[in-house]
Amino acid sequence: MNRRDFLAAGIGALVIPVAALAQSPGYRRLLILVELKGGNDGLNTVVPYADELYYQLRPRIGIRRDDVLALDRRTGLHPALKPLMPLWEAGELAIVQGVGYPGPNLSHFRSIEIWDTASRSDQYLPEGWVARAFSGHPVPAQFAAAGVVVGGSDMGPLAGSMRSISLAAPEVFLRQARLANPMGKGRNSALDHILKVEAGIVEAAARLDAGVRFTTEFPRGAFGNAVRIAAQLAANPSGVAAIRLSLGGFDTHQNQPGVHQRLLGELAGGLAALKGALVEAKRWDSTLVLTYAEFGRRPQENYSNGTDHGTASAHFVAGGHVKGGLYGAPPRLDNLDGGNLRHAVDFRQLYATALEGWWGVPATKALQGRFAPLEILRA
Amino acid sequence: MGPADARHLLNRTGFDAQLREIDAFAALSRREAVERLLAEARTEARTPRPAWAKEWTDPRLIRQMSETERQAFVRVQIERGLELKAWWLREMLGTDSPLTERMTLFWHNHFTSGLQKVRSPALMLRQNALLRRHALGNFGELLQAVSKDPAMLVYLDSATSAREEPNENFAREVMELFTLGEGNYSEQDIKQAARAFTGWSIDLETGEFRFRYLRHDYGKKTVLGRSADTGEEVLDILLAQPATAEFIARKLWREFVSPEPPPDELARVASVLRESRYDVRAAMHALMLTPAFWAPENRAALIKSPAELVVGTLRQFGIAVNDPLPFAFLLAGLGQDLFAPPNVKGWPGGEAWINSTTLLARKQFLERLLRVDETRMVMQKAMPRLKPGARRVLQAMAELQFSGSEWLASFEGRERMVPLVMLAAEPAGNPSGSGVEYLRTLLADPVYQLK
Repeated sequence: MNRRDFLAAGIGALVIPVAALAQSPGYRRLLILVELKGGNDGLNTVVPYADELYYQLRPRIGIRRDDVLALDRRTGLHPALKPLMPLWEAGELAIVQGVGYPGPNLSHFRSIEIWDTASRSDQYLPEGWVARAFSGHPVPAQFAAAGVVVGGSDMGPLAGSMRSISLAAPEVFLRQARLANPMGKGRNSALDHILKVEAGIVEAAARLDAGVRFTTEFPRGAFGNAVRIAAQLAANPSGVAAIRLSLGGFDTHQNQPGVHQRLLGELAGGLAALKGALVEAKRWDSTLVLTYAEFGRRPQENYSNGTDHGTASAHFVAGGHVKGGLYGAPPRLDNLDGGNLRHAVDFRQLYATALEGWWGVPATKALQGRFAPLEILRA
Repeated sequence: MGPADARHLLNRTGFDAQLREIDAFAALSRREAVERLLAEARTEARTPRPAWAKEWTDPRLIRQMSETERQAFVRVQIERGLELKAWWLREMLGTDSPLTERMTLFWHNHFTSGLQKVRSPALMLRQNALLRRHALGNFGELLQAVSKDPAMLVYLDSATSAREEPNENFAREVMELFTLGEGNYSEQDIKQAARAFTGWSIDLETGEFRFRYLRHDYGKKTVLGRSADTGEEVLDILLAQPATAEFIARKLWREFVSPEPPPDELARVASVLRESRYDVRAAMHALMLTPAFWAPENRAALIKSPAELVVGTLRQFGIAVNDPLPFAFLLAGLGQDLFAPPNVKGWPGGEAWINSTTLLARKQFLERLLRVDETRMVMQKAMPRLKPGARRVLQAMAELQFSGSEWLASFEGRERMVPLVMLAAEPAGNPSGSGVEYLRTLLADPVYQLK
């Protein structure tokens, strides 16, 4: 897709002035990535409720017109996303529709690898896209860690970043950190890896502070807890540049409605609490939240009351500096490609927005090409 | 072959061995040792199966239950799920055929299914028995059997797939993860294969496989350029592809030899697999006798999985475990929740086992183990403040009887063998001190995390 197509599709994709890139990286601005593991159903998240085709494709699991939270005359949110409405009304929530990439891969593992590494569909890269940006433009040494994965087992976009850690809870981390003792030299990649992890622990433990408390209440459950930890990390002045959270269970092949309702409720409740806590900590204006997932789901519901793996999907961008509104292009259910949605926005445009627009880090090298950032941030 | 080779063979293909086991193998040649391991491999667990192993509740009955009945039913299933994990750990801790358990784990991580979706511990147990029975048997037979295994039919949605709208989940994963590997098939092949598997379902009354012919798509299908009618034929087409033997050989290599197989050696193991018509025992025989398996540069080149670390440590120190369940919680905390892999791709393993959270949890387990005697009182005091899961782990740790000095004394003057028994290669640091303090520095050494 070229630039003319973008404008024709009604997308305000403008290139950030090159001058902005000359500044030093603004890693005081925090990036929080939220992975919706399993592939979130974009069409039942951001619902094209005026489109008759939507209800033809989803006679059983479609969200009824009366139930959607209308954003305009054709687009509405799943009712479980109600906690996000205050952000929408405050103009701090951008919704990007039709995010995907050329040559979509419908395997969970391969597609999330593509998203995590920002590779082309036919290319394998060893490092995460954020890790690559960090290696070109290092996070200042006084930061506790470059990136933190909260509660997950894989490092995702931070894979390969030597100054990134994963932790379940800061208190526990600090108590246990004394057991880390990087000793000796690596002899093979397995030992190198262990020694790197040990060194990262020692470094982060010297700087992390787990003492922050909030009056904001966090939703119960693993995601609410992860949000609390993210807020604690964000509030810490010795800081981190990027945090990755994840919410799992979106692979709704069967009996989707109940499961999806619960998951979207957890997501919206968690993000609303995140805003509350970061406003308390005076970090909301310097935080950018992006959701992502390996893919959306097939427009046609399946026989098991669920949806199979699809392609393009809608994603949320939130923060005190976000220009709220609808971006990208509404789903074209009349113009599917082998039963799946065509993408309108390349996911690397979202990444370029984070790298260039948010951090002021040149994105071309980290993303291996020029992807136009979205005009989604206020100056 | 000597004790160093014996240790390597036993620990790479099983769980960390004790000195007497190493001694027993040290006198054999490599070939004799490999053949003995393969000849003595079990196909059935020695731990008696839980009483509920054959129970099945018709899902239609579950749907008719009142809310209270349903909640009670779910609680029983959750309790059985925990018993199931403990049951497998007990088998791993006590088995005289560690290779069988390692292979069963390998297949569990290959033909993944998980309690999160299957929900029936009994079906997961049956699948586990199937994997163990074929663990060193024929891969083709295993593929055919596991594709009709009830837990798998639920896990990858075959059970609810029908010709009107075939569910592609199983068709995709059987190609991507079970046989060919990514890049060796097209989206069209998946759509076609999904049609062939329609009708593969479960008998709601018995929980056994049942072919629902009314749901089957009897039309012509073409998969990888060959025509097929039935699901069985599709699986045969997949087995006939050279990519499948190579995919399985590569995965075995990464589990047992080194992170990256040299192409020519991989091709040799793959050809053994293909020419033996997928005899896993023959492939393992070839794998364990390849020079790379024994090469010094490949020792301590793989990261122990949580099960290998925990079960291996308990076995190596000869520690009796009354209640294995807390160690199942421990494994979950280390990233390997048995019968509940994160997704159909299984645990990624290798370096992904170790991040700051899991490395610290591993070290904490090892440190506590050596301090059980001195910290029993502290642990008991801490317990009331902990969540039930964490409390049970600590309780089990407090119940363990382990004395480092007695263990050292069992070497009877051969203490120079201690680092050889405990570490897969020279330590990375400088182990120092004597007695239990020396053991502590060996356990804290990063090389202890390697196999």
